[in-house]
Amino acid sequence: MSEVIVVTSGKGGVGKTTTTANVGTGLAQLNKKVVLIDTDIGLRNLDVVMGLENRIVYNLVDVVEGNCRIKQALIKDKKYPNLFLLPSAQTRDKTSVNPEQMKKLVDELREEFDYILLDCPAGIEQGFQNAIAGADRALIVTTPEVSAIRDADRIIGLLEAHEIKKVELIVNRLRMDMVKRGDMMSIEDVQEILAIDLIGAVPDDEQIVISTNQGEPLVGSHDSLAGQAYENICHRILGEEVPLLDLESKGGVWTKFVGLFKKN
Amino acid sequence: MGFMDFFKKKSSGDVAKDRLKLLLISDRADCSPDVMEMIKNDIIQVISKYMEIDAEGLDIQITQTESDGNNGSVPALYANIPIKDLKHPGN
Repeated sequence: MSEVIVVTSGKGGVGKTTTTANVGTGLAQLNKKVVLIDTDIGLRNLDVVMGLENRIVYNLVDVVEGNCRIKQALIKDKKYPNLFLLPSAQTRDKTSVNPEQMKKLVDELREEFDYILLDCPAGIEQGFQNAIAGADRALIVTTPEVSAIRDADRIIGLLEAHEIKKVELIVNRLRMDMVKRGDMMSIEDVQEILAIDLIGAVPDDEQIVISTNQGEPLVGSHDSLAGQAYENICHRILGEEVPLLDLESKGGVWTKFVGLFKKN
Repeated sequence: MGFMDFFKKKSSGDVAKDRLKLLLISDRADCSPDVMEMIKNDIIQVISKYMEIDAEGLDIQITQTESDGNNGSVPALYANIPIKDLKHPGN
């Protein structure tokens, strides 16, 4: 049975696209057939994060308008033959597609794929309405900051009103050194405030910047804590119980780096 | 955090958490400042029938309180109404 998951946050810049790329790639590593849809019409980015920007011929709007068949617009990933991207249009705007069209498109893709991941634009306007239209499940990405959490709370309310029952939280860009000092809200704090199930916590990791530079998601990479965190999220999406990653002790590059400063 | 720091001030993480808790209650209640102002004016009117109050010093806000039942914390309307004179203004 296929599942449609929307990755959303309300606020921009908290890591929706990075999360979509890594979770999608991670699910493909676990042998699921996955398609990623960039629903951010006018500001497409998932293609560059995936490193597939040079292969785009058709896009989401072309498919919806009937200029091409879905298959023609899907781009196969460089590494994983069971991972595909449906890129967004760069020169159009959010009103080029409506929620009914998105729902129809997503339902067609259900027949072919195990997981359909939608990268949602920031905001709560039409782009958001389009992205959530056909979704069964939502991953809410937030950082431990007042503004991001406030927006996440608003989004959670809208998803509930839209009767999306499975809504889970990813706390992104955690800095355990700051949490320890009391200068950043902890995973528990964020979870307590938003009161939804936690599906994962991802540390702030330099490796994410490097992997985005290279256009290769870092999920599954064992020398990066963030890579492991994303892998764990993928297992949890499949329904497996995985304990929360110890963001402090394991010797990821990031922890070592912080350790260097602490000694001095 | 040192022992003395404990007395100095709350950590910024805790400040953030407390601010958010209050903020989200009013966000969720969809209580705009306008609505709060209307509630405030109505309260002034009603109470003023029975006693003289300091309308300037009146403060209302939506906060959270532990419920008597088992459903954890629930939103509550908190009002601080300074009384100038307990006697009925008409008397």
